[in-house]
Amino acid sequence: MISVLTFIIMIIVGATVLGFIAVSAMFLIWWERKVSAHIQTRYGPMRVGWHGVLQSVADVVKLLLKEDIMPAGVDKWIWWFAPFFAVVPSVMVFVCVPFGNIFGITLIPADLNIGILYILAITSVCILGIFMAGWGSNNKYSLLGAMRSAAQMISYEIPLILSIITVVMFAGSLSMQKIVEAQSKLWFIFQPNLAIAFLIYLISALAETNRVPFDIPEAESELVAGFHTEYSGMKFAMFFLGEYTNLFIVSAIAATLFLGGWQGPFLPPVVWFLIKTYGIITLMMWFRWTFARVRVDQLMGFSWKVLTPISFANLAVAGWALLK
Amino acid sequence: MTKGIMETKINDNIHTEEFFVNLGPQHPSTHGVLYLEAKLDGEIIVDCATHIGYLHRSMEKIAENRTYTQFIPFTDRLDYVASMNNNLAYVMAVEKLMKTEITERAKYIRVIIAELNRVASHLVGIGTFVQDLGAFATPLFYAFREREKIVEIFDEVCGNRLTYNYMRAGGVQFDLPAGIDAKIKEFVGYMRTRTDELEGLFTKNVIFLARTKGIGVLPKDMAINYSVTGPNLRGSGVKWDLRKDEPYLVYDKFNFDVPTGDNGDAWDRYKVRIEEIRQSLRIIEQAIGGIPEGDPTVKVGRILRPEAGEAYFRAENPRGELGFYIVSDGSPYPCRLKIRGPSFSNLAVLTPLVKGVKVADLICILGSLDIVMGEIDR
Repeated sequence: MISVLTFIIMIIVGATVLGFIAVSAMFLIWWERKVSAHIQTRYGPMRVGWHGVLQSVADVVKLLLKEDIMPAGVDKWIWWFAPFFAVVPSVMVFVCVPFGNIFGITLIPADLNIGILYILAITSVCILGIFMAGWGSNNKYSLLGAMRSAAQMISYEIPLILSIITVVMFAGSLSMQKIVEAQSKLWFIFQPNLAIAFLIYLISALAETNRVPFDIPEAESELVAGFHTEYSGMKFAMFFLGEYTNLFIVSAIAATLFLGGWQGPFLPPVVWFLIKTYGIITLMMWFRWTFARVRVDQLMGFSWKVLTPISFANLAVAGWALLK
Repeated sequence: MTKGIMETKINDNIHTEEFFVNLGPQHPSTHGVLYLEAKLDGEIIVDCATHIGYLHRSMEKIAENRTYTQFIPFTDRLDYVASMNNNLAYVMAVEKLMKTEITERAKYIRVIIAELNRVASHLVGIGTFVQDLGAFATPLFYAFREREKIVEIFDEVCGNRLTYNYMRAGGVQFDLPAGIDAKIKEFVGYMRTRTDELEGLFTKNVIFLARTKGIGVLPKDMAINYSVTGPNLRGSGVKWDLRKDEPYLVYDKFNFDVPTGDNGDAWDRYKVRIEEIRQSLRIIEQAIGGIPEGDPTVKVGRILRPEAGEAYFRAENPRGELGFYIVSDGSPYPCRLKIRGPSFSNLAVLTPLVKGVKVADLICILGSLDIVMGEIDR
């Protein structure tokens, strides 16, 4: 039986996580606009608040007040639920993200013993939302975008999982906390096998979050806005929230699995965790505003012909090294 | 090889059909109001029809109701990315009709201005092309930052930033303002480093190469048969540049090369544009060094009344050969004016090029052809 106290704690933790997600996503949108602006010799948002920090708040208010347009001929149920399928899984993943500890309290909603497996299982569901949106919108651009995302999902998940398995082999546990603790002496990125795994993970993560050079499902210059062409108002905002939450998640996982998680000298663990995570996010933003986009068959080819074999080879070598 | 059992089953049981996607007239990468009706089999383009006419303003008919000078601003609106070059081709045609000889200084000014506009136009072409490949906005902003400098020079020269209305039959509207040559010289140096920077971003980039090498290969004979001109023709390896082969103004006095590509793919067309920027800078540098003093205009009278007759003049525009065919009946208005726009022919080659390619490549090929709708629809 769940006691009242546990229940209250659960509510508080849930509210904190949700609050963090919302603030983090809004910060990331502002940060992305600022990073892109400075790469492109612009200023970006400057009017709302100091250097436009409140721009995202203004945007959210605008999106909330917008009319919710439902185009004719949509598959109503699928169309309605798609945004939730895009957001809810990425929120659920936060259950297993270790933020470190503060005043002796471990900041992880639940340290599941199958933590990383749970994360992988849940994040795969996000694609369903994209596919539902594409199918339900009754729009050819959306459908093309959704078809591409299905193809992309198949091709990137395998190297992603294989690179994570390498980490699990070295850490000897699926629990996120244990993986962090296993790196107390040396971060995993400094071991040759895991450095390769990190690169594979980073490339696959770019594909998972649909970012340049793998932003094929959205492909602005080809498919207008891809799967969310027909969405407006708060439903569109949900996709946006899901996208930026995902971005945070994949970076947080990268920081946890390869960069020693919340561990670091002098500064509090939470700060270290956020520095690492936002560092990776900034790196991904840098890619986005510099690279061109690969073609869908090139992404597939790269994943199946290059990344997957390398991951397998890397995994085999890692296993051999561990057994020795 | 014989058909496997699985294969036969799949082909028999799954019903697939081709479907149409309308790209445009409002679409982020159709460069204006171009409407592409693409028949798709999954991601593969089976057929693609181009529909034009959304920007038609009946320029040629308007010309018949305007005096020769009044029509100059209309030429600005043809290829609006390279207005100066349009002006130039038109007034040269009128001068040919009137058999007017202009001063040496005017020729130099025209060359400098036309080449500056060529650089600006190629910058826009490259910027939008790379943006179409998915490098969102960054190259475009870089290209526009450089173009801004040219636009500022034009602003000083003629007071306008996009539609210049600068060339006149008999010379140019205004002489170059004092001190502009120093600015142009400074720009040439600046642009040299910036061209290297722009190239550093893309020319050898793995993703860029994967997306453009071998894509949209336009063979030599096909390019000639479709009367493709400009960088697109030279990208296919045909060394044809009117500035060299049929020199007008004072182009024969300058040293410059005509860059050509080897394969005629999208990458070659991009590379030719980059090289042409460098060659244009060379021409500008030589022209600004050798510009003679004097009055740039000759008196031709307020209202031009060419003798009855006809004249055709073609000039090498950033996008290819722009030709004006003018028939005069001795009145102040052209009896007939025909415009030969390069983008029109360049667009015609799109349909055969995109058959069998993927949707992403369609956008890439269209971007590499660098069309401007104002010139196609006229």
